[in-house]
Amino acid sequence: MGDFLLDINGAEFRLRAPGEESLLSVLRDRLHLTGTKYGCGEGQCGACTVLMDTVATRSCQTTLKSCTGTRITTIEGVEKNAALSIVQQAFLDEGAFQCGYCTPGMILSATALLHDHAHPTDQQIVSYMDGNICRCGTYPRIVAAIKRASQLTAMGGTDHAR
Amino acid sequence: MPGDESNLELAQHEIRERLHWFQLDRRDFLKLCGGGLLVGLGGASATAQEAGGGFREHELPKDVNAWVHIGEDSKVTVFTGKVEVGQNIRTSLAQLVAEELRVPFDSITMVMGDTDLTPWDMGTFGSRTTPTMGPQLRTMAVTARQMLIEAAAQRWNADPSTLTAAEGRVTNPITSHSLAYGEITHGQKLTQTVSGDPPFTLASAWKIAGTALPKAEGRDFVTGKHQFPSDIVRPGMMIGKVPRPAGFNGTVVSADTSAAEKMAGVQVVRDGNFVGVIASDAWTAEQALSAIQAKWNVPPQISNKELFEYLKNNPETDSREGGGSPHATPLALQAAMATADVKLEQHYTVQYIAHAPLEPRAAVAEWAGGRLTVWTGTQRPFGVRDELAAAFRIPATQVRVIMPDMGSGYGGKHTGECAVEAARLAKAAGKPVKVVWTREEEFTWAYFRPAGWIEIRSGAKRDGSLVAWEHHNYNSGPAAIGTPYNVVNPVTKFHPTESPLRQGSYRGLAATANHFAREVHMDELAHSVGVDPLEFRLKNLTDQRLRAVFQGAAERFRWGQSKPSPGHGFGIAGGTDKGGYTATCVEVEVDPASKKVRLRRVVQAWESGAIVNPDGLRNQTMGAIVQAIGGALFEAIQFRDGRILNAHFAEYRVPRFSDVPEIEVILIDRKDLPSAGAGETGIVGLAPAVSNAIFAATGTRLRDMPMAAGADLAS
Repeated sequence: MGDFLLDINGAEFRLRAPGEESLLSVLRDRLHLTGTKYGCGEGQCGACTVLMDTVATRSCQTTLKSCTGTRITTIEGVEKNAALSIVQQAFLDEGAFQCGYCTPGMILSATALLHDHAHPTDQQIVSYMDGNICRCGTYPRIVAAIKRASQLTAMGGTDHAR
Repeated sequence: MPGDESNLELAQHEIRERLHWFQLDRRDFLKLCGGGLLVGLGGASATAQEAGGGFREHELPKDVNAWVHIGEDSKVTVFTGKVEVGQNIRTSLAQLVAEELRVPFDSITMVMGDTDLTPWDMGTFGSRTTPTMGPQLRTMAVTARQMLIEAAAQRWNADPSTLTAAEGRVTNPITSHSLAYGEITHGQKLTQTVSGDPPFTLASAWKIAGTALPKAEGRDFVTGKHQFPSDIVRPGMMIGKVPRPAGFNGTVVSADTSAAEKMAGVQVVRDGNFVGVIASDAWTAEQALSAIQAKWNVPPQISNKELFEYLKNNPETDSREGGGSPHATPLALQAAMATADVKLEQHYTVQYIAHAPLEPRAAVAEWAGGRLTVWTGTQRPFGVRDELAAAFRIPATQVRVIMPDMGSGYGGKHTGECAVEAARLAKAAGKPVKVVWTREEEFTWAYFRPAGWIEIRSGAKRDGSLVAWEHHNYNSGPAAIGTPYNVVNPVTKFHPTESPLRQGSYRGLAATANHFAREVHMDELAHSVGVDPLEFRLKNLTDQRLRAVFQGAAERFRWGQSKPSPGHGFGIAGGTDKGGYTATCVEVEVDPASKKVRLRRVVQAWESGAIVNPDGLRNQTMGAIVQAIGGALFEAIQFRDGRILNAHFAEYRVPRFSDVPEIEVILIDRKDLPSAGAGETGIVGLAPAVSNAIFAATGTRLRDMPMAAGADLAS
């Protein structure tokens, strides 16, 4: 047990919990930020992806104690002032989901990708996104959404998620 | 009225075994029943209810208000027991209602899969929503519109046939009087009972249905606002965990829960063989779970190695024969076979595979005054309600199941194990309890798509005409077992067998296995008589709808017009099931040294009557193709002695971004035909087309699904 101070979506959260507990469990079960999903608990599916600073991170493989001093962004923090981020808007425009359970993780992985590579190649898209599973099989639309977001950014949009 | 939901799939493939049977004590039992009159549940077992007997006991309501409500503000609420699992029926059903009711799409809210609020429904499976719930809701919407016109006519003392309904208003074009629907009903119930079949708006005249509207409430899915079943939080909610046996058919030798019981804030629940732990947070619940020391006796059981021998030699004792043409005689078949120039006999296999929905089973249960409410992810909310009622020996009226749009199912969430566990723990805790299965639990303790052994014997003439056909399916199921090709006296037979693993429904179910066997076999026959595989099919096919998708896919793929590069091969396959028609062309590349298989290109044509939402249909078809890649190439449950050996995504490979080829979907819109369901049959064409393409590329014929272990050729 320890006392921790977390920076999540620009807000400070103080909580008392075991330092070994996963960030995923803290987000979902202690803070009720349920936008971040459990898919496997083993870092194999990407459903629990959050941003630590600007890096896509599997929250199920991240301990609470390793989060101090970082800025955590969950899907709840991507929308700003009731405006969707460019990536969120692109997913919506392309209809890049079916059941939508993988969508938060996909959006955060895609946000990290576009942060590192504003105009990603097909290979870069696969290498950043291959750890995220969409069991409904909407991968082609997700790729289209990423390309759309990249184009929108090039046309002068800024992604306030970062 | 549609009423043909008691289909084969459920009867053949519903789960019979329960995971838990609670003893409950008598005091609890009386308390749960709320005192007073005890309603006997009698001997009606869950099996009898699940075997389809349920449908006739549940007359669907004929009064409009059970299905459609119009508020004073003219907002429309539609009630259906069907559930949204990603197939986009929340959107497509609302489009159909908006069309017939003549209201804006945005004015409709769909209430789905809530057993207290929606009419009884057997479940969301078998591609039944569009062909049965579609007409059901359209009937109610047309009737409601007629009632609104009648009511306005009375008020204006006008002839109803002179009034028009549009945009949620009834208008008299002569006097220019106009009333919003809400001004007519004042939020009162629409009390009329439907009789007969009111006329539907022709698909050719659709304005809202037939258009590519985006997913209803789509914004909530990109913001994380949508609450899936595993996201439900209730005041004072606890987290529950249930230890699992070391293997299937295991019996407990001893279970030491003393260490867990000593942990602060942990409650251990024991009821007969059932053990569970409850804590106020997930971390503590997990610690308590791992503190339980249980010894299990697990009997020796078969593995993948013995699977197909087992299936062939263990017929189900109360065998029901299904599908095919039971009256064809072997003599007629023998005579037909004697006229063949080429005879072929082959067998094909499919392994057990897992649905692996990204959201595993999850439930939150809450008891209040003897009444149980459960939020859970299921394709059968009313079935789960009955499971809960049976587990706790209470009337079904004391149970409410609510199904928030869930993280998919693919046929894998028909059962209510997790709901039962959460409810048992919540009863002990006296507080709401959430149970979310781990990925390993979902891989192990759910159920699988049936494995199958398929034998086909056939004969053809040199000119490419099919003359004899015999198709036997052991265990995987009768779906789409009948051949669509012209052949006299075919024999097709499904042989139900005892399954070594718990098996159940799956997207397309046996249609995938039967299409794999038949369409690979047709390719083999085509090569045997030296006829192009597409030409061979068309020569033996008169079904115009199936011909149209074959021709549509082939034309776009430029079948027969280009030669594959070295190491590449083209394959084609197709078929029909559940009212959908599909044909798939693929190009594969096989590395000559490593034998690594890569899909390069897929073109799939699809037709299922009038298209209700082309965007949703395209998405479903694309998804079915991608999901099919897994079963075709690498998905297989590995098991031995009652244990699943690959119950993790690291070992059970599902399709990922890197597996996806260029995919083109061609939709054929037949506005002259009723709309069929489209969530399933799009999955059947890919695997045989891939096998046929691998043969074209390498000369190696693969007859076992999955065809490549780790995307390398198995043989």
